[in-house]
Amino acid sequence: MTATLAATGVPKLARGVRLRHDEARGQWVLLAPERVLNPDPVAVEILKKVDGARSIDAIVDELATAFTVERTTVATDVDAFLSGLAEKGLIEVTSPVIGDAAS
Amino acid sequence: MSLIEEPRSRVEVPARPAPPIPYGMLAELTHRCPLQCPYCSNPVELDRRNVELDTETWLRVFSEAAKLGVLQVHLSGGEPTARRDLEQMIRHCVDVGLYTNLITAGVGVTPERLQAISDAGIDHVQLSFQGATAEMTDKVSNFRGAHERKLAVGREVRRLGLPLTVNSVVHRANIHQIPDFIELALALDARRIEIAHSQYYGWALRNRGALMPTRDQVFWALDVVEEARVRLKGVLTIDAVVPDYYAKYPKPCMNGWGRQSLNVTPSGKVLPCHAAETIPSLDFWNVREHSLTDVWLNSPAFNAFRGTDWMPDLCKSCERKEIDWGGCRCQAMAIAGDAAATDPACHLSPLHADLLALAEADAEGSDIYDYRRYFQPDRAG
Ligand code: SF4
Ligand code: SF4
Repeated sequence: MTATLAATGVPKLARGVRLRHDEARGQWVLLAPERVLNPDPVAVEILKKVDGARSIDAIVDELATAFTVERTTVATDVDAFLSGLAEKGLIEVTSPVIGDAAS
Repeated sequence: MSLIEEPRSRVEVPARPAPPIPYGMLAELTHRCPLQCPYCSNPVELDRRNVELDTETWLRVFSEAAKLGVLQVHLSGGEPTARRDLEQMIRHCVDVGLYTNLITAGVGVTPERLQAISDAGIDHVQLSFQGATAEMTDKVSNFRGAHERKLAVGREVRRLGLPLTVNSVVHRANIHQIPDFIELALALDARRIEIAHSQYYGWALRNRGALMPTRDQVFWALDVVEEARVRLKGVLTIDAVVPDYYAKYPKPCMNGWGRQSLNVTPSGKVLPCHAAETIPSLDFWNVREHSLTDVWLNSPAFNAFRGTDWMPDLCKSCERKEIDWGGCRCQAMAIAGDAAATDPACHLSPLHADLLALAEADAEGSDIYDYRRYFQPDRAG
């Protein structure tokens, strides 16, 4: 399942999923039902922009600018990461365009 | 809970100096419950309403938990909705940054109450089913009409947009319903199901002969779960807590004693695991007298089996000592009569054959339940 998400889609954390900074351990954590996930630094940067307002396109643009990385590279990483989260039900992507990404 | 994932940064944590920081806290808000499950993990001596912690104390405990580094709080019981201050507690947890999980039996919970719980900011609801059919649920919980009420609560939880986990405890009488439990979870639009074999502490220990599944049943269940896991990948997460008495190695109980989680009882005792009171030599500190951090760091009960120093040589010299942590202390107590023994579920334990024989004998036991109850009618409840 290498589903591609529509670039115009707007991702947001599903209800019951929260990103927060964990002061006690000095790290970011993604909290989900019965799970505590430790996103790596790149994942944290992506997750911070998953706010239910920005589209995937916008997230990729911002990250490419902020880290001066090739846009296509960022796009691939973001898509792979968010597809994985969507598959696990950790994020929901509302898509204004009916694309071929339905899965 | 053994479901909390090992943090990937574990290698960076210094090996010994300070005890680890707990991830989860089970808050048993009350022992009151309308149901009477014979496998209930609550102690046989149930706490009565008049000894329960008051609201103010619980709020302080949640603040202290957050400060200690706890990330997720499991609001449990008994039936946590029996506490009228539940919403207040949830709101407080949200304020101090704790992730809240409600573990409910779903009987006596109105849609209005669920709305209030949702508005308070609950993150996740775990709903128990004693059977996959009305007949089974009502029989095991000893409550007529329980199943229908649970289904209604499950639907309402989803209507509110909350993530739902179906929790099913399986044993000899209902283990054959595992495929139906999975169907039920799908029908309720749950994202996750927990299939937990009953564990023999508290009331379950009293009812072991009526609960113990046969070896064939256990192995059949493993296959069914494996098949369903593959088939439902991405649709339904299946977390199965497998019984270890027919296995080669014990379960990594609590992922190590005093390592990832703690448990507060209705009257305020702090336990390293919910069954720890079955170990008579341990003295449990109470949140009425100690801060949670103090208990976690300094109470003798938490330090009794922390790490690997306490282990018998068999475990100490074993390469799995930091994988299963020598197994379950309460099972060692129950079977070996020594909480510091190797868990008899381990095939290397000299008592392993005894445990197997006991399981096999119990699997032939009578089907009559000794239902969970207060020994005298609890007028206050
Ligand atoms: S296991 Fe059954 S009796 Fe025990 S608290 Fe849960 S629902 Fe109530
Ligand atoms: S000997 Fe102890 S550490 Fe080794 S597998 Fe058995 S219980 Fe685990």
